[in-house]
Amino acid sequence: MSLLTIFRVSLRALGRNFVRSFLSCLGIGVGIVAVILAMAIGQGAKTMMVKEISSMGNNLMMVFPERRNQGPVSGGMGQGQNMTAGDAEAVKKELGHLVQGVSPMVRTTVQMMYAAKNWSGNVQGVSPDICLISNWTVTDGRFFTEEETAQCARVCLIGTTVKGNLFADDEDPVGKVIRLKNMTFKIVGVLGSKGANNWGQDQDDVVMAPYTSVQRYLQRSKFRTINMMNISLVSMDNLEETTREVSALLRQRHHLADYQDDDFETRDTTEIMNTIGSVTGIVGALLLIFSVITLVVGGIGIMNIMLVSVTERIKEIGLRMAIGATPANILVQFILEAVVLSTVGGAAGVVIGIGCSYLVGFMMGWPVLVATGSAVMAFAISSVVGLFFGFYPAYRASKLNPIDCLRYE
Amino acid sequence: MAHLIEIRDMYKIYEIGDEPVHALDGVSLSVDEGEFVAIMGSSGSGKSTMLNILGCLDVPTRGSYLLDGTEVAARTPTELAHIRNRKLGFVFQNFNLLPRTSALENVELPDLYMGRLGRRKRRERAMELLERVGLKGREGHTPAQLSGGQQQRVAIARALMNNPPVVFADEPTGNLDTKSSVEIMNLFTELSREGITIVMVTHEDDIAAYARRHVVMRDGKIMRDDIRDGSGKKTQDEVAKLVKEALA
Repeated sequence: MSLLTIFRVSLRALGRNFVRSFLSCLGIGVGIVAVILAMAIGQGAKTMMVKEISSMGNNLMMVFPERRNQGPVSGGMGQGQNMTAGDAEAVKKELGHLVQGVSPMVRTTVQMMYAAKNWSGNVQGVSPDICLISNWTVTDGRFFTEEETAQCARVCLIGTTVKGNLFADDEDPVGKVIRLKNMTFKIVGVLGSKGANNWGQDQDDVVMAPYTSVQRYLQRSKFRTINMMNISLVSMDNLEETTREVSALLRQRHHLADYQDDDFETRDTTEIMNTIGSVTGIVGALLLIFSVITLVVGGIGIMNIMLVSVTERIKEIGLRMAIGATPANILVQFILEAVVLSTVGGAAGVVIGIGCSYLVGFMMGWPVLVATGSAVMAFAISSVVGLFFGFYPAYRASKLNPIDCLRYE
Repeated sequence: MAHLIEIRDMYKIYEIGDEPVHALDGVSLSVDEGEFVAIMGSSGSGKSTMLNILGCLDVPTRGSYLLDGTEVAARTPTELAHIRNRKLGFVFQNFNLLPRTSALENVELPDLYMGRLGRRKRRERAMELLERVGLKGREGHTPAQLSGGQQQRVAIARALMNNPPVVFADEPTGNLDTKSSVEIMNLFTELSREGITIVMVTHEDDIAAYARRHVVMRDGKIMRDDIRDGSGKKTQDEVAKLVKEALA
């Protein structure tokens, strides 16, 4: 008996019990839907996070001064006193072919006041390049200029959170003067909202001023050091080269001998991406484990149905054996039935799963990524599940004694 | 000349409780080609066991069984399946047709497992056989749409599908009314005249009367084995009379 004939026999047998076949298909189908959804959601979430990371900055690379240890006490990152705005200017001037923008950053927390309201917040001293580097936009007014930076002008921009806390809803802050640490600063613009970053920090709770002004009026430090510099690369492809060049330049400027370690650290978003990759990887693995469990449950469902089917059709088995079906024929017939059930369920699951992925993506606002690979894999898995869980019932059927089957009541 | 069926010193012993039950107790029997044999006996006489072993559905505890010149007593399940497929046809008391499957497909079944004919030839032969048992025009009917007698005709057509030398019938009229019984038995008689060997188990004398040879069993042994004239085949008038009696 050819395989094709047995296949036809199996199909006919399934057709005779349509509702039951449908229900057992459903079990596997749901499992496959879960697998596809898990993969699509995992991928979608990852893409979304990567997108958010890149909103942090445009081909961003950060350079921090080394940690300054005072005796046994370790200082925080960016607390070293050895990086200056001059370093940032040098990077911009010397490595213009690799970087499209460099901004020093000095940070300080101040009490800010306008009329009767006050707010404590973060002031970032930057250069106008920061707009390009960190994708900032200005909704009202303008950004401060290079000239204002050079002149230590007391101008600033405020984030939407600061605006909300210092100004009434209908009040236009542009042109108003606020006091930062008792120094008056004129607001020249309002920053477009960026929302919270990946760590939940409110990026709009910020005042931006020229770094020169922050150093002179707010920090009043005689060293003119900066907390970090933000660099925007022309292309991420040049990351390694840029890191090398920036290091070489800074080592030279800091007069470091060959045996001395760097007195600065570079960071780029690939590290953060890797972290996020591992987090989404864990989530993805969890989802996958759950869907595999679902598949196993579906498979057990098929095994159950096939066992019932063998018992119920025991006379059919007896008759088939009596007229010449070999044990192998019976084995193959029942395995094929299970495989057909699971692959049909799997195929339906793939289609529904892809549909559900798009639905979820649409509702969550995620990009949906259904890899053809995952669909093919899900389909293959469903066949294997059928083969695996179909084997035992089929084996039992094939070992039956024809006379016992025919006599079975 | 070798016999078509030859069993020698056959035992079938079941262990039920502590007592071994001898369903077959040293039976020897031979059947020649073209014979129409009725195996008779009350229930528990061993006649069904005998038929199951003759039909290669069951294996004897001891003894030898030559079918068509080859020893078949100790074969693997697969080998037995091939023997049943090629050499034996079966007609059961409860028809044993595949439910929700057309008469035609039921008849085709043995060749599906044999794979001798192509799809088209298989269909042709099944159609021929259905016509021969008088079911022309009902090829597409499922068992549920056929009467008991018609179902048994389908089963007979199926038994003949692979052209076996022997057809085994286990109480073929046990579930049929008198009229259908007579029709089925006439069909068997015709097949016998065409040279097909038939071995039938029955406990009804008037059914056994169609067979030329009666083997009577009791307690796992053959009590009597005699040749009759096999004049059981009835004319139409006799059938009408029998039906009238049955209805009265």
